[in-house]
Amino acid sequence: MSTSAISKAPSTSVVGASPIRTDARAKVNGEARYIDDLSFVGLTFATIVRSPHPHARIDSIDPSGALALTGVHAVITAKDIPGKNKVPIVFDDQPLLAETEVRYVGEPVAIVVAESQRLALRALELVRITYTELPAITDPLIALDPNSEKVNPTLGNIVAYHKVRKGDVEKGFAEADVIVSGEYRTGYQEHAYIETNGMVAIPEDEGGIAVFGSMQCPFYIQKGLHYVLGLPFAKLRVVQAVTGGAFGGKEDAPSMPACHAALAAYITRKPVKHIMTREEDITCMTKRHPGIIRMKYGAKKDGTLVACEVEYILNSGVWATLSPVVLWRGTIHAPGPYKIENIKVDAKAVATHTVPNGAFRGFGQPQVCFANECLMDELASKLGIDPIELRRRNALEIGSETATGHKLTESVGLKKVIEQVVQESRWVDGRGRKERRLPDGRLYGIGASTCFYGTGLGAAGKRLDRAGAFIQVDVDGSVQIAVGTTEMGQGHNMALSQIAAQELGTVAERVTMLPVDSSRVPDSGPTVASRATLMSGGALRDAAKKIRLLLHETVARRLNVPIADITFEPGTIYAKLDAAVSFDQAAQWATEDRIHLAQQGWFTAPNTEWNPETGLGEAYYIYTFTCNVAEVAVDDETGEVQVLRIVSGHDIGKAINRRESEGQIQGGVVQGMGYALYEDLVEKDGHILRPNFSGYILPATGDIPDIKPIIVEEPYSEGPFGAKGLGEPPLIAIAPAIANAITDAIGIRPKQLPMTPERILLLIEESKK
Amino acid sequence: MNNYELTLTLNGKPVTRMIDPADTLLDFLRETVWLTGSKEGCGKGECGACTVFLNGATCNSCLVMAVQADGASVTTIEGLPEKFRPLQEAMLETGGAQCGICTPGFILSAVALLEKNSDPNDADIRTALEGNLCRCTGYIKIFEAVKLAAERIK
Repeated sequence: MSTSAISKAPSTSVVGASPIRTDARAKVNGEARYIDDLSFVGLTFATIVRSPHPHARIDSIDPSGALALTGVHAVITAKDIPGKNKVPIVFDDQPLLAETEVRYVGEPVAIVVAESQRLALRALELVRITYTELPAITDPLIALDPNSEKVNPTLGNIVAYHKVRKGDVEKGFAEADVIVSGEYRTGYQEHAYIETNGMVAIPEDEGGIAVFGSMQCPFYIQKGLHYVLGLPFAKLRVVQAVTGGAFGGKEDAPSMPACHAALAAYITRKPVKHIMTREEDITCMTKRHPGIIRMKYGAKKDGTLVACEVEYILNSGVWATLSPVVLWRGTIHAPGPYKIENIKVDAKAVATHTVPNGAFRGFGQPQVCFANECLMDELASKLGIDPIELRRRNALEIGSETATGHKLTESVGLKKVIEQVVQESRWVDGRGRKERRLPDGRLYGIGASTCFYGTGLGAAGKRLDRAGAFIQVDVDGSVQIAVGTTEMGQGHNMALSQIAAQELGTVAERVTMLPVDSSRVPDSGPTVASRATLMSGGALRDAAKKIRLLLHETVARRLNVPIADITFEPGTIYAKLDAAVSFDQAAQWATEDRIHLAQQGWFTAPNTEWNPETGLGEAYYIYTFTCNVAEVAVDDETGEVQVLRIVSGHDIGKAINRRESEGQIQGGVVQGMGYALYEDLVEKDGHILRPNFSGYILPATGDIPDIKPIIVEEPYSEGPFGAKGLGEPPLIAIAPAIANAITDAIGIRPKQLPMTPERILLLIEESKK
Repeated sequence: MNNYELTLTLNGKPVTRMIDPADTLLDFLRETVWLTGSKEGCGKGECGACTVFLNGATCNSCLVMAVQADGASVTTIEGLPEKFRPLQEAMLETGGAQCGICTPGFILSAVALLEKNSDPNDADIRTALEGNLCRCTGYIKIFEAVKLAAERIK
């Protein structure tokens, strides 16, 4: 049967509505079970002995004191690993347990397993390790000095390097009427998911291991287990528990605690639970890379950008982990969503003796976006052009080429987003305010930013950018769907249920998403890069179309009508004008007729290509476009900044669930505010100071401004019902919008994140001199 | 060692258990009586995920020793009074729960507010919830849920 036999699209829609999330009921009842809520018979507990030094030689490990305690089952070190002592991410440079040398504070050295958590903590203190401290390099600029010691033993000090060479920047700058340049610095950002990392590993009957836990990417963990235990994939089962926040921090990093627990279970033959404390999680798990960005824009008098040059340095921490990919995304997006003919980007990820950094919502873009969007405002100021107008004049549109020479042919809503945000935020009024002093004495400011975000893994991650799905319609018309991407709070399960329901011809309430269990669901690639709606959605549609055809054929056969006469709405199938059959009835008929209502779906990402020598090509297949306007009140006596209002607009192609899309925008905006103003993770000589929530300040209820989300829908032909990605864009350009607003208020430009009161005050005082 | 006999009223019912004096109230709830709705987000009273009622007022149960609850009355999310179920319904309607780990704590803090103030304004709501951290929602849909619930409960 050809697909032209598939009936016309319905007039009412499940996609685009806002059904209540199916996973929320358990959450509001306190019944959702996260990893630490699950019970397992015979559970034992693991704690990890971690390096207290940023760089040291391990001279001896003496576990005897710990093993002497009754109830301590094992102290496991690198020599006990049956497979490879490696955590596979990009380069396989990172060990699971340090063997001869430790290279960051918190690096795991040994695993203690005991019959209770309290005992495991006591035993931890009794494992005697002697170290000889070695010199540590914690400043990436020092690590870049060719005379410096090698920090990363296998990769050297530059663990990744990317470049873009488009046109001729020398010529571009020579032709520019105005040039602006500057250096910007960004700090760490800690994910601070309210649920810390945790895993439970269970030895299985046929010699395999099952791992349950808090995670984004079960199949990444499966690969890690394969490396460490040397067991075949078919004997390694990974199951995601309800996950309490992730934001990229549970993308690759959980392979460490998962493999620690699994190794302990494998060796002791007992179930092992390993839940990190908050201090442990903040100290030893990945964070957003601190960045140094040196940037230059050249423009004509009328504001047309003619050249852009970027030097982008990320502090990778000691192991490469995801740094090559984080760096790549930042490189591709560095110049901003603008038409620029001449571009030169050099980007490096540099190893230091600090905790390895990794994925965090935005993935290398927030750092460079802070720089480029602040510099755009500097350019606007020098040119005497309104900052929004400058962005409008250079904005990418259909037919434009991106920084990597990718010609955009559809779904470019940047100008539309700008217009709507400008209107909603009353930008013109805000900019035009004569009186900047508010009645309470603070200074008012308004600032804007734009950005774009390539959905999916891009050319760099092409190999992984595919998704499988499975759908089964049961005899009563209820539906089970399964994908390998995961719910971590973002609304994944609800959105995909809506997509599946819409494509099948039923309602979202009848669809159940199966738990993500590697032994039960297909691999849909990682839940990252704002890709799940598009990729898993695509795979579900593929499966759903096949089933819908089978159901419609059944109805056509049973009612003796040509299949061309079949139309449908969510829940009902129509044959001719007066014959209607419910979806559920069709499912029962098909089952009776021995039709197989379970189908697989597959979706591979549209094509991307990229030449690493030139840095040119179709780096991503589609982009989301963003514009933010922020209004602030700055207290110039204390340096405190209060955000009054943020209007945050995004062209996402299609909002699958409108309410949840708004929730993603609000959540991302507030995380962006934290990055901009409050979240100051202080690292000194390789040690993270105050690894808790009184040292690392998260935005709380009193900090929240009025946030107006705006959704623009410029449909993408390959996305499910036109959808692109939404997860990350809301965070990326918030910091520069706030920085631009602060600059508008006080007349001085902050160039370092976070813009804490101390830093703002110092800027104000410096300017008075 | 479980050598202390703890007796309290838990969600309206009398409960007696042997506990380790080193247990916190949160440990007792989660591990002795298997009420896992209260969560450990930080272990230091800085995130509010462990919020429960102790003798009529909310507390961070990770900072209360279980022995301090001897003879006391404790209410957890599992024992949410019928009167305040609209808070749960409102959270569903506004979309106030994303990953959900902070949700029980927020609901109980909102109960504490609505018990004292049946018509809270925006500032009242923010102040009442200032001890609860959320990393997913940006808080706005939580505020909306409390406002909506207040109107319905009145």
